[in-house]
Amino acid sequence: MTNGAAGTLEAGLQEPWPTRALQREGVGVGMWIFLASEVLFFSGLLITYAVYRSLYAEAFRVAAARTDIVYGAINTMILLTSSLTMTVALRAATAQLRQLAIGCLIATAALGLAFLAVKGLEYYGDYTKGLILGAHFALAPPETQLFWMLYWVMTGVHAIHLTAGILIVLTIAILFERRIVPLQASTTEGVAIYWHFVDCVWLVLFPLLYLVGR
Amino acid sequence: MTDMTLPFAPVEELGTESYLDEGHTVMSWLGTTDHKRIAILYALSITVFFFIGGVAIALVRLELVSPQGLFLTSDEYNRLFTMHGIIMVWFFLVPSIPATMGNFMLPLMIGAEDVAFPRLNLISWYLYVIGAAFTVYVLIAGGVDTGWTFYPPFSSNYSHSNVVAAAAGVFVVGFSSIATGVNFLTTIHMLRAPGMTWFRLPLFVWSMYTVSIVMVLATPVLAMSLLLLTAERVFGLPIFDASAGGDPILFQHLFWFYSHPAVYIMILPAMGVVSEVLACFSRKHVFGYAFMVYAMFTIAVIGFMVWGHHMFVAGQSPFANLVFSFLSFIVAVPSAIKVFNWLGTMYRGHIGFEAPMIYALGFLGLFTIGGLTGLFLASVPIDIATTDSYFVVAHFHTIMVGGTVSAYMAGIHYWWPKVTGRLYNEFWAQFAAITMFLGFNVTFLPQFIMGWEGMPRRYHIYPEVFQAYHVISSFGALILAVAYLMPLIYLSLSLINGERAGDNPWHARGLEWQTSSPPPKKNFRTPPRIDRDPYDYDVREEPPEPKIGKAL
Repeated sequence: MTNGAAGTLEAGLQEPWPTRALQREGVGVGMWIFLASEVLFFSGLLITYAVYRSLYAEAFRVAAARTDIVYGAINTMILLTSSLTMTVALRAATAQLRQLAIGCLIATAALGLAFLAVKGLEYYGDYTKGLILGAHFALAPPETQLFWMLYWVMTGVHAIHLTAGILIVLTIAILFERRIVPLQASTTEGVAIYWHFVDCVWLVLFPLLYLVGR
Repeated sequence: MTDMTLPFAPVEELGTESYLDEGHTVMSWLGTTDHKRIAILYALSITVFFFIGGVAIALVRLELVSPQGLFLTSDEYNRLFTMHGIIMVWFFLVPSIPATMGNFMLPLMIGAEDVAFPRLNLISWYLYVIGAAFTVYVLIAGGVDTGWTFYPPFSSNYSHSNVVAAAAGVFVVGFSSIATGVNFLTTIHMLRAPGMTWFRLPLFVWSMYTVSIVMVLATPVLAMSLLLLTAERVFGLPIFDASAGGDPILFQHLFWFYSHPAVYIMILPAMGVVSEVLACFSRKHVFGYAFMVYAMFTIAVIGFMVWGHHMFVAGQSPFANLVFSFLSFIVAVPSAIKVFNWLGTMYRGHIGFEAPMIYALGFLGLFTIGGLTGLFLASVPIDIATTDSYFVVAHFHTIMVGGTVSAYMAGIHYWWPKVTGRLYNEFWAQFAAITMFLGFNVTFLPQFIMGWEGMPRRYHIYPEVFQAYHVISSFGALILAVAYLMPLIYLSLSLINGERAGDNPWHARGLEWQTSSPPPKKNFRTPPRIDRDPYDYDVREEPPEPKIGKAL
């Protein structure tokens, strides 16, 4: 994170941006374009889900009834709350309220970690119930494996995205806290957009994985 | 006179520091965020992979001289053509023009100091290097034999080669194109200089804009399909496994949803380069500028809706085949508009035959042949008869090699003085351009014929009746190899003892030529303001007297 020639430029302005307002807008534009790419990334999974569910609706109903809705519901609440703290952090960064912004960033990361912890408990429960794919898979008919394959891949890819989000949020929190980078809205905005996207992905996955069988 | 408002002081007054003088250490290159240096890093890396992929196919062509095969086992043969495909598609063609000329020229052409996210730009090169490292590992570990298309169930359950590492390499390099695409789109939206309105953008910038859309939206689908394939191969998840109800055809849909638009990732930038070169060496305004822009958008958008034409024999419904066939025919319309407009650009122009122009003219002819044979393949009955034949091989090589590589070479020669400040040997450049065109046709015209007569692709043991065609084709490949090696030599020599080019040896009108060559680190010594479009060649009173280009 290098600032351009210090003193001649506004604090937090980076090359090649002429003004900070433009930079903030640019970071937003770039992040939204990246998210368009991410949507297409997940759409590969969603179309796979759609195809197999339309082919094997009954197997999907049987298989989806075995997901643990308690963990799923708790995680949904945790993640929605994390989006709230992230929004507050962005507003606070815009208003240059240092302590509030940094505190909310840390709270956001903590909620993300809580999500992962709950997810880990859930994975362990799935494992003990024999829902790991392979020769000893607990369910029949064989097409139920397709649902559980999607469950593992979808939640796994989401968890990887969330982990990346937690690391980024912690990184900017530390950079702001140690004043390595001045508290700035443009960086926070880019991170916030990404965080909300990961949250939104979960809001799509939750009904697909936890509600269809009930 | 509607001249540039760009105050263009003599170089001496402002110092001659160029981006090349900003540090000479290795780290000043490997840690750079200057878009111009990153472009050169990319150019060097893709050149290495171009020649690795070239060696693979040279062995294939040598093997095919005899109908019984010369020196390879079937397994080795499969691995060679697969490595050729993977390396040429993902490590040369896809990044070729965007990552090199796009990176270098795009900020210059719109009057920006750099791309929007310079560090992301450097990260994209490192992602390329990581993907390339996987691919080099695959090469050393014995290659991969699935064909570049990775079709399951062979790739997921049966192949004994390094499928996972190869898929990982492609997966990672995909994110380098996404990063480039995000960067370019943001740059074009946010960092145009004052006066650089949308319809004053050079067509090369428009081509970068449209190709970025395709890269950003198509590449992630490839990433997901390879991720699923890897999950199936490594963890045994029955994703495309028919024994658990999975559908191997679904992989083909996901794969071609990227890999057909990938053809447009290769050809749209080529169109952009050729538009610049043809206008400059015809000394004329591009004919039908607005329609050139609309045509590129149409190609980019319709390109997303034609992937099913790769799967006419895969068991799609006849109705789906019909729709995909119709949409594939539609792509011919914007493509034809572009060809006619290029001809219109040259019509009554003051045409020079400098090397970039010869490459561009080669592009024009070969792109037309490639496009017209594409119409054969868009038609369902003809495609069913020619599926997996050399006709298909010849068709897509005509677009990718005849089209994209010709345009890539045109761009390299056109912008070489801009990038290096030096002139290359014009005679050898013209000679190489003509040799490449001839070599290409000797290689691939026989493949059209033998494909039409039934020679299947991916076999190294074949009926003797095809031997004459194969021998001619292999001889053509030898000519092509010479044509590719020549630029390596004379361009390298020009770095050592090439004549100083001056700032604008072609008297080109594009904004990138209005700063010094090679450009200073921040591209322009005075922030540019633009009050004209980039092709106003007609306002010049007399055609320039080029000091080069007289060799022929």
